[in-house]
Formats: sequence, C-alpha cells, structure tokens
Amino acid sequence: MENILGLVALACGLIVGLGAIGASIGIGLMGGKFLESAARQPELANELQSKMFILAGLIDAAFLIGVAIALLFAFANPFVLK
Amino acid sequence: MSSEQGHGPSAGEYIQHHLHHLQKNFNFENVEQHSIVDFSLFNFDSMLFSVVLGFLGCLTLWLAARKATSGVPGRFQAAVELMVEMVENQAKGVIHNAQSRKLISPLALTVFVWIFLMNAMDMLPVDFIPAIWHSAGPALGFNDYMRVVPTADLSTTLGLSCSVLLICLFYNIKIKGLGGWAHELIAAPFGDHWAVYPINFLMQMIEYVAKTVSHGMRLFGNMFAGELVFMLIALMGGYMSLSATGIGLTIGHLVAGTVWTLFHILIITLQAFIFMMLTLIYTGQAHDAH
Repeated sequence: MENILGLVALACGLIVGLGAIGASIGIGLMGGKFLESAARQPELANELQSKMFILAGLIDAAFLIGVAIALLFAFANPFVLK
Repeated sequence: MSSEQGHGPSAGEYIQHHLHHLQKNFNFENVEQHSIVDFSLFNFDSMLFSVVLGFLGCLTLWLAARKATSGVPGRFQAAVELMVEMVENQAKGVIHNAQSRKLISPLALTVFVWIFLMNAMDMLPVDFIPAIWHSAGPALGFNDYMRVVPTADLSTTLGLSCSVLLICLFYNIKIKGLGGWAHELIAAPFGDHWAVYPINFLMQMIEYVAKTVSHGMRLFGNMFAGELVFMLIALMGGYMSLSATGIGLTIGHLVAGTVWTLFHILIITLQAFIFMMLTLIYTGQAHDAH
C-alpha cells in the first residue's frame, strides 16, 4: 500500500515536471521565432500574434491536461483501494 | 462540504466532494456513477448551468441585435460588433465558401460566447454555489453535490466536439457529395491505388477520432486543472485556523488566489477562442478537396 502511494507520488511529479519541460521548450521556441519574425517584418506582427496565441493554447493544453491528471491522482486516486 | 461528523472534512475528502457531479438517471432519480463510462445517467449540474448560460448568451446577443442602430453605436453595441467582426474575420480566413460561412460564422460566434460564459463560471468563488446548495439541495430532495463549471466536465466538452464532428461530416457530404467523400476516405493521404486503400481508410479514421478527442480533452483539461487549483487555494485558506502559521497561509491564499484568477482570465478567453478557431479550421478542412 505505502509502496503504491509512493510510486503514485513519484508519477505525479514526473507527469507535471516532464510536461512542464516540454511545454516550456515549445513556448520558448515559438515565442523566440515570433519575436524574430516580428522584428523582420513588423507589418505581419498582428497576424502572427493571433496565430501565436492559438499555438500557445495548443502547447499549453497538453501540459495542463497532465497537471489535471496528476492532481486527480494526488486527491482522488483510482489506483488505491479504499 | 460533508461535515456532518462534527469536524471538518480532510483535504482529500473536500476535493473529492467538490469533484462529484450531481447525477440523475433518465427517470430523474438520484444515482451515483460507478463505472468510468455510464450512459444510463447524466450530470444534472452541468446540464443546468450550460443550458442557463447558453440561454443568457443568446439573450444578450439578441438584445444587442434588436437594439442595433446604424447611427452612432452605444458601448454595448460596439463591444458586440467588435466580437462579431472578429469571429467573421477569422471565419473568412479559414472558410472560403461564402454560402457555408452564413451558417458557420454564427455557429462559431455562439460556440465562442457559450464556452466563454461556461468557463467564466470558474471566476466565482469555488465554494459559493456549492455552499448554497449544501443547505438548499438536500431540502429539495437532491444529493449534496454541485459542480458549477460545465466545461470542467468531460461529458460537456466531448459533447461539443462530437457536435463539431457531425457538422464536419455534414459539410464533407454537402461539398464533395457522398461519392466524392467516400473516395477521399479511401484515397486521401497516400494516393489512389487499391493496395493502399485500407491504410488510407485507417489513417482517415484515426485523424477523425484524434481531432474530436483532442478537441474536447483540451478544453476539459484546462478547465479541470484550473478548477482543481482553485480548490487547492481554497483549502489553503481553510487551513489557516488549524495551524500556528495560519497568517502565512492566509496571505498565501490571497496572493495565490489573486494571481491564479488573473491568469485564469487569460486561460478562459484563450481556450474559448481556441475551441472556436478549431471548430472553424475543422469545418474548413471539410471544404478542402484533396
């Protein structure tokens, strides 16, 4: 029982941590490219900005779904018998 | 809260109680869900709030449309016009068929307003409506469960994304014809040759399923995570009287609550916008012939 609890706690940490790494790298790359292209062609900045927000939401979503699942495991764990 | 034992619930119990839907079966009896998928019941709280909010959104837009003048617009009309124009512009960028846009742009606007309103239920304090329900619900013969954010319920978001899938299928058939669409299903990604027909068909099916599931899961995941974080922040405030460091927890509760609420204003708008954009993009894809 304690073994399972410990493993679930580790899993929660991994879900949030690895998800955050991926999302941060993705947002960082995309934001950098956006600034680069906005500096190169300022007249396109508005159009690119709305596209950037869509993509930011898409990248963010995978991470936030992971956070939701990790929090669910932390509070209403389906793997631990009551 | 289920504090009938004299002492308050533990953190886990509090969260679990707040994650429980008010469930009814189709004879309107109180029931509890035991398996992960159960089609014999529905989440009454999600249904109630989504219908009420949908009605409110439609009423607001209808009022704006009824009072619209061609002269100098008031602030309310100008705000609605800005939003309608924004959606129309996005639709123009994705769907090049003016006939389809007549239906799809209003649809996208409705989706945007409705999802925004449903997400905005997160802005209410997490215990506000559940605390009212705690005294009102059992008196009316309901279970003492209440979740106020309809989009933090997988049934709602997958229902919305399945409706978008149906609209996509409708436009596929309408634009390409039944034969044309069937031909696309078996010939699309890898080319028109009998040997790759099964692989093509499999790929198309995977694409449809992945699109629909990720469409719904994205909104659900964001809202569910947001709601859970709000509950954790509420717990932090709830623990302040129980420990010596209570003052620290109160300050933490206020700071974290403010920061997360402000950040969440961005998230709810962004997610409503993304859901609308993906609705447009998927219906736009239904118009593209390969």
